[in-house]
Amino acid sequence: MAAVQETVDRVKSLDVTEYKYGFSSTFEMDMAPKGLNEDIVRFISAKKNEPAWLTEWRLEAYRRWITMEEPDWARVHYPPIDYQSLYYYAAPKTASGPKSLDEVDPEILKVYAKLGIPLHEQALLAGVEGASQRRVAVDAVMDSVSVVTTFKDELAKAGVIFCPISEAVHTHPELVKKYLGSVVPTSDNYYATLNSAVFSDGSFVYIPKGVRCPMELSTYFRINEQNTGQFERTLIIADEGAYVSYLEGCTAPKRDENQLHAAVVELITHDDAEIKYSTVQNWYPGDAAGKGGIYNFVTKRGDCRGKNSKISWTQVETGSAITWKYPSCILRGDNSRGEFYSIAISNGYQQVDSGTKMIHLGKNTTSRIISKGISAGHSQNTYRGLVSAHRKATGARNFTNCDSLLIGENCGAHTVPYIEARNDSAQFEHEATTSKISDDQLFYCMQRGLSGEEATALIVNGFVRDVLQQLPMEFAVEAQKLIAISLEGSVG
Amino acid sequence: MLEVKNLTVSIGDRKILDGLNLTVQDGEVAAIMGPNGTGKSTLSYVIAGKPGYHVDSGEILLDGQNLLEMGPDERAGKGVFLAFQYPVEIPGVATMTFLKAALNAQRRQRGEEELTTPVFMKKVREASKLLDIKDEILRRALNVGFSGGEKKRMDILQMALLEPNTAILDETDSGLDIDAIRIVAEGVNKLRTAKRSFLLITHYQRLLNYIVPDTVHVMARGKIVRTGGKELALELEKNGYRDFAAAPEAA
Repeated sequence: MAAVQETVDRVKSLDVTEYKYGFSSTFEMDMAPKGLNEDIVRFISAKKNEPAWLTEWRLEAYRRWITMEEPDWARVHYPPIDYQSLYYYAAPKTASGPKSLDEVDPEILKVYAKLGIPLHEQALLAGVEGASQRRVAVDAVMDSVSVVTTFKDELAKAGVIFCPISEAVHTHPELVKKYLGSVVPTSDNYYATLNSAVFSDGSFVYIPKGVRCPMELSTYFRINEQNTGQFERTLIIADEGAYVSYLEGCTAPKRDENQLHAAVVELITHDDAEIKYSTVQNWYPGDAAGKGGIYNFVTKRGDCRGKNSKISWTQVETGSAITWKYPSCILRGDNSRGEFYSIAISNGYQQVDSGTKMIHLGKNTTSRIISKGISAGHSQNTYRGLVSAHRKATGARNFTNCDSLLIGENCGAHTVPYIEARNDSAQFEHEATTSKISDDQLFYCMQRGLSGEEATALIVNGFVRDVLQQLPMEFAVEAQKLIAISLEGSVG
Repeated sequence: MLEVKNLTVSIGDRKILDGLNLTVQDGEVAAIMGPNGTGKSTLSYVIAGKPGYHVDSGEILLDGQNLLEMGPDERAGKGVFLAFQYPVEIPGVATMTFLKAALNAQRRQRGEEELTTPVFMKKVREASKLLDIKDEILRRALNVGFSGGEKKRMDILQMALLEPNTAILDETDSGLDIDAIRIVAEGVNKLRTAKRSFLLITHYQRLLNYIVPDTVHVMARGKIVRTGGKELALELEKNGYRDFAAAPEAA
């Protein structure tokens, strides 16, 4: 309730097309030349001092990529991307390998402060004494490099590894080599293959056997540089009986041209392990006329490799001009469980094609999909999902619920579910609804004193409640605010 | 004081209200009766500011302020309350959340402090008791899965919380059994004050056995055709609306 109010206050303090995170910052940058070829791939690899096997891994991906074609099956439309006019590596010059916060360029810290990301451990520790603030370890990634990771020492005591993947390549090569590309292979799809060739940085997490990660882990991604693609690679492994909750946040400056973001996230759970992965995606969506914004082509996949393991994806998608994203679970281990909770909001001229895949391979595997799509303005919002049960996946069960809410007359909602059951003991349920915020609902709320925007925020928050409840508390509050901001100007 | 002056309203080409005049004094309970389709609900919607109606001419004044220039939320802030014939369901929004959002939205409009949760809770409990509403229902989504009687009682609960100066009850008795009518009527009677005026819209005299009006207006063909005291309702009960319903010309 307080959050609804806060939302509304925040909406009121903003202009209709205001994007809070739209500032850009000026740093001295270390850039690769424009375009993409084998030399650029080698350049990136050399910049990171990578071992030969990884350079070769990237090159193989690149060679495959040039033979592939960009997919066009999603319900999104955009002019062709000229991959040769992008920069594939950009790093703030002073940021390479900071040992502590003191070595981080204060300008970078200012950027993260503006974003409201608490990098300073001191501040966080002070917050612990306050009632509500929980401690969160943060890895901050700016353009192509990770600039700072907090709480490393404390996590190390628990045996948890949380560091930039570029660092893990050197400090834990055996883990990286074993798991990198094991869920999303380099040949997986056009964008994942491109990512494999040129990935810049991202987070690496390893939770050892039997360890419950003592705090939430979080990565904030920020695209700053112009004409720069951002290609993060995140790899999270929960060993037997381990548990971790991981949060990801994303923002970018307002720019008139489109920026490309093609990330890959791989999650692996061994026996009895659990990963909870939450995203609040708030990339710049473009202006009210549909100019600019991020093209977000992301491959996220989790592999429930061990028995009784669990992977849960929760996403709040409010930004990006184009979203192409299907966080998925491979339910390999017997009795493993996959969950997907999604709120996808589109306004203006945004296009969202998002959903999930639940691939049931093991026996008695279960999955649950709750998707809430909200379309406003001139946007198009598509849920695309696959639920499949392998021949041997006896006793597989899925429950899917896809609800779409339309605001206004010019937007669209689409639901494209695929269901494949190859054994007759699988039980799949699918529910879907499409509704509009009715004039009667709005009038009823307004008759009780709520403004049109307050009423819309309240109704939408009610619509997405099942999913909001899945988010860690602070994220839920943040998400509620974002929902209202994303929908501002949608009430006619 | 609520004054409706020479109000003509249409939807598309169809004229619904035709030069309607009505005054409700502070503290007055006025009943509007009339056959189906004479514009009773339209009148309540237009006073509350529902979009979709075109006001061709006339004025609606609340204590001299022109309501027609205000949005529905602003009118609510000025003290206009409408109990709906069909209260609307809002899925996922807990009733308690909705009540607090509404009350505080009105308080903000009037430049008053928002209520703290304990003070708010106390107010809700008092009002719920008055209307025999269980705590459990306040945690459920607003009006979702409520019975007809529960929905109507919930609307009256909102009236008790929001403390309007002008309350319009649109067919609040429709769909209620006799016990529910008694509960609702008792709730309304307890809310009668020297300042608060009520406009009761109803088909039947039945409700007026429980809420005794000061004045009764008969509405037909988009205007008030007769005004009298509470005895007029009894006369209507006896003779029906046939004296009024026949339109001199097809509407």
